[in-house]
Amino acid sequence: MLKQILFSLSFILTLAAFACSINRLAGFFRMTIPAFPIRDIGKRIRLTLSVAIGQTKIFRKPVLGLFHALVFWGFCIIIFGSIEMVLDGLSGSEKVLKILGPAYDVLMASGDIFALLVGVAIIIFLTRRLFFHIKRFEGDEMNSWSHKDATISLSFILILMISLITMNLGYVGLMSHTGGNIEGIYPIGILLFSMLHQLSAETFGLIYEVSWWLHILLIFLFANYLPYSKHFHVFMSIPNVFLSRLDPAGRLSNMESITREVKFMMNPEATPVPVPSDYQPERFGVKDAEDVTWKNYFDALSCTQCGRCTAVCPANITGRKLSPRKIMMDLRARMKEKGPLMVKHGRDFSDNRSLIRDYISEEEIWACTTCNACATECPVNIDHPSLIIDLRRYLVMEEASAPGELKAVFSNIENNGAPWQYSAEDRLLWTKDLEICENYPL
Amino acid sequence: METPKIKVPVMSDLWSRGEKPEYLFWVGCAGAFDNRYKKVVRAFARILTHLDVSYAVLGKEETCTGDPARRAGNEMLYQMQALRVIEILGKYEVKKIITICPHCYNIFRNEFPDLGGKYEVINYLQFLHRNVEEGKLIINKSSLINTVITYHDPCYLGRANDIYEAPRAILGSMTTGFVEMQRNRSYALCCGAGGGQMFKEAEKGNKGIFIERTEDALATGASVIATACPFCMTMITDGLKYKNKEDEIRNLDIAELIVQSMRL
Repeated sequence: MLKQILFSLSFILTLAAFACSINRLAGFFRMTIPAFPIRDIGKRIRLTLSVAIGQTKIFRKPVLGLFHALVFWGFCIIIFGSIEMVLDGLSGSEKVLKILGPAYDVLMASGDIFALLVGVAIIIFLTRRLFFHIKRFEGDEMNSWSHKDATISLSFILILMISLITMNLGYVGLMSHTGGNIEGIYPIGILLFSMLHQLSAETFGLIYEVSWWLHILLIFLFANYLPYSKHFHVFMSIPNVFLSRLDPAGRLSNMESITREVKFMMNPEATPVPVPSDYQPERFGVKDAEDVTWKNYFDALSCTQCGRCTAVCPANITGRKLSPRKIMMDLRARMKEKGPLMVKHGRDFSDNRSLIRDYISEEEIWACTTCNACATECPVNIDHPSLIIDLRRYLVMEEASAPGELKAVFSNIENNGAPWQYSAEDRLLWTKDLEICENYPL
Repeated sequence: METPKIKVPVMSDLWSRGEKPEYLFWVGCAGAFDNRYKKVVRAFARILTHLDVSYAVLGKEETCTGDPARRAGNEMLYQMQALRVIEILGKYEVKKIITICPHCYNIFRNEFPDLGGKYEVINYLQFLHRNVEEGKLIINKSSLINTVITYHDPCYLGRANDIYEAPRAILGSMTTGFVEMQRNRSYALCCGAGGGQMFKEAEKGNKGIFIERTEDALATGASVIATACPFCMTMITDGLKYKNKEDEIRNLDIAELIVQSMRL
């Protein structure tokens, strides 16, 4: 009974703390602007099944991809055991999901094996992070907190897996020594028991009890650490994939507000659409956290800083400042800074800082080739180029700020309909003397 | 005897004669003004003539789609250009557009529909591939059969629009020596010219992106680097010059390779 009360209290505390974190983020989401409507649910489900559940994009790096996929698939199985622990803890029952029959055996056996596999994968990840110099984990945006955050998250998972294995060992040992019926199958637990069977029933009982509490309390703690960690992708990545932009990667979104203005400009006789009296002229492009779409912010929260985007960015790998990962990290950090102020003082509040310049420099913004390598690589379908273009839109249309050569391109297009200074009269020069046979020497 | 000349049909001329071509061949600014790329456009026009395709160009009426402005953040200028283009295309009741420039292709296919410009947009590689498949373009295998050719995927055909197979199928039909670069298809490295970079100095770095990409191509040992985009061509050709390889290794467009193999 005491166990039930203690458990229920900690569970309620966990849920309450988590709800506070989510509520805080929801407040930030309310500051963002609309993105695209969520249609094509069937297509989205298929995309989620392949990219999120099937881990197809993480396999673009096959070896490490496999380790990550093992961790993810293991998580999908082990979560059933965690749900059972919560149900057991609340109701005071023992292995309540055994009613599933043979499916329970499969779940428990695969969970037990996955715990070992995930543990091994996490040790590999930790070793890579702590003892190897991996370029992908370096970069200006990767400060000491980024590295600590990664280490803390991985350590959490490692201890979770160890406690799961010892919990199963304790359970198998306790039941074997006391003649109880073992519910479920635990291959690793049985293997370890065969090596440690000389231990007493009390010892196994203690291992079981301590591991059980350690495991579930760590889950509660971890769940509440995640919203403040780069590892929040545990919650965000599957919905982020589901909410992906479904357009071809090359497509930029149309700015309807500009279309209205341009159409009016080209046809001044047309009656302009009446403007409501409380109309606030919206800002063109993205200057600060409140100008981004909810999807941009969703992307930023889904980013786990793996750096696959930056590792394929042509600008970054040739030594330029632009790093797509940094763009996402900057947005998240800026929202963390300005979000609470906006929630408190209103969306128009200014702290005299902005995403542009205080976080992302113009040098970074202008270095992008819009090649879409970053978005193609991102395992959770983050769309970096759209945000970078929106930052450019702000610079050009609100501040008339652009590199001089691009300003020349603008005036060339405006004056002679081409990015270069050539006259439209010369557009047919290439057709002169087009002979049937021309020599193309190799 | 004088060699017969090809007369490229211009839309307004055809209309004044009451003729309506099936395709609009969108030449693009690079095709009209870039001296190197003019040769590519000429090669493609030669192929269109050979295939007896009903087509026309806009000529002096063609104007920038606004793509460089849009990618550089100038949405206002882009939309003005786009609406202008849509108006001209509407005037000639254009239904099908063939583009050679991937940037023009992308903007016609993916972005003009938002402003009411809906067309069947065909990239020249898709068009060429279809004609090779249908046996209308018969590639003479003897001329390039042993030439080692590699292909650089333009971002706006590859990642942006998933066109990966057509160029490879065409090149595969003319040589047995097709080689891939280490980074290819969706993994391909950008030439460095997209997103307005073509027209400006690059930001400070430790290496030109075009050099990085040219090195990828050189590592294959190919004697021909095939490209399918005017900006990629400028970049790769510059890369070859930078590496002092322009005499040994040629950077040719796929349309030029077809013309050469068919001796059109």
